[in-house]
Amino acid sequence: MDHNSYETTIEGGKHWSFTMRAGTQLRLTDVEGGANVGMLLYNPQNPLERYNAPDTLKCQHTFKLTRGHCLYSDMGRIFCSVTEDTVGWHDTVCGTSNGQMIAQQWGERTYQQYRNDWTQNGLDAFLVEGAKYGLGRRDLAANVNWFSKAGVADDGAISFEPGNSAAGKWVELRFEMDTLVLLHTCPHPLDTSRHYPRHAVTLKFSRAQPVGADDFCLNSRPENARGFANTELYRFCSHES
Amino acid sequence: MKSPVRSELLPAEARYREVIGAGSYWINTLAKDEVLRIVDVEGNQSADTLFFNAADISDRYSAVDTIRAQRNVYLTTGSSLLSTSGNVLAEIVADTVGRHDTLGGACAAESNTVRYALEKRTMHSCRDSYLLAAAQHDHLGIGKRDLGHNINFFMNVPVTRDGGLTFADGLSGPGQYVEMRAGMDIIVLISNCPQLNNPCNAYNPTPLEVLIWNFDVR
Repeated sequence: MDHNSYETTIEGGKHWSFTMRAGTQLRLTDVEGGANVGMLLYNPQNPLERYNAPDTLKCQHTFKLTRGHCLYSDMGRIFCSVTEDTVGWHDTVCGTSNGQMIAQQWGERTYQQYRNDWTQNGLDAFLVEGAKYGLGRRDLAANVNWFSKAGVADDGAISFEPGNSAAGKWVELRFEMDTLVLLHTCPHPLDTSRHYPRHAVTLKFSRAQPVGADDFCLNSRPENARGFANTELYRFCSHES
Repeated sequence: MKSPVRSELLPAEARYREVIGAGSYWINTLAKDEVLRIVDVEGNQSADTLFFNAADISDRYSAVDTIRAQRNVYLTTGSSLLSTSGNVLAEIVADTVGRHDTLGGACAAESNTVRYALEKRTMHSCRDSYLLAAAQHDHLGIGKRDLGHNINFFMNVPVTRDGGLTFADGLSGPGQYVEMRAGMDIIVLISNCPQLNNPCNAYNPTPLEVLIWNFDVR
């Protein structure tokens, strides 16, 4: 940690959590290709305010997440903006894997037998990280699956698209308000790889540039200008800014 | 679009019938195997619906698990409505429309400010109806944290191949309905959507009707 940035790598099939201050940013890099990062966001001051995928999608008329999109809370505020993205499509409608799915797809590998190479699942990962802040099953919501894509056919059928992300691809999130981040690197629930996919992700924390009047996310849609206004009002009133 | 599937159940044999005005909520318990019909009385009215396992409020409707399990973003006859624990809360057994939304979520005063204008912050919304229902039935133990992502029966939200989301005119019409059989004892919470700012209610919120049949009728 050099006071301005910190970088660390999380192996595949693991979980972590932390709080991002408004004005900081987080870069996620897919180290070897094929990564998946499940993520949930909460307001640390009041975790009843949480990432809301339906609001995020309908406010921006999008099904996928990529550069220019903002991740909204259920209170009409922006947790973070996607300021850069070399991937192009991230999923937020397929949810997360659970123990039963993992066992069905790849067989159960217990901790007793496999130690650090056990097959952790996304739901348990979220429950463990959430419980550190007093959150439980009732606080779960639709999560983001960074680096993963599930395409949609005209009849609504969805299909996982392997190879959506390659080695070295990255996405940058700029936090617009203080945000509790729960994340895991467990497989996407629709991943059909032959073996339990265990792909590492690098996290780089740093300070963001101030949001300028010409900011891409601020201007990508008229809705986002209003989302930023709501967030600014919140920061003003809560002395967070 | 799936073909319409009509029901053979007769309204005269329903054990319960009630009209829900736009902007009001309806909360009720269904026993396992009972059948609930929601009727779009005048057409193009969104029924924002949540389901809970009556024995365990934490086990509630999960849009993402439902979508993932059926590998399709739209709901219609044959769709199993799954809970966060993977239980079948209900199955859609009849549907005269052919497609219902579970991506768009419920309207809220706060999301209205983002979608339309900051000054819309005092307009009525589905989430306000949900919160009032929870507060007026606090013996059920449902609160804001339990409000997951709902189903919008009769609403049409097509997804495009390039990843866009559009809010189209409803496919529904006067008298269209959707019917579901409870897979376990469930609590059903419906907000009859008061939204005035988009075509989900054709800019004219109208009544819904709900009917319930005992399982021994079938």
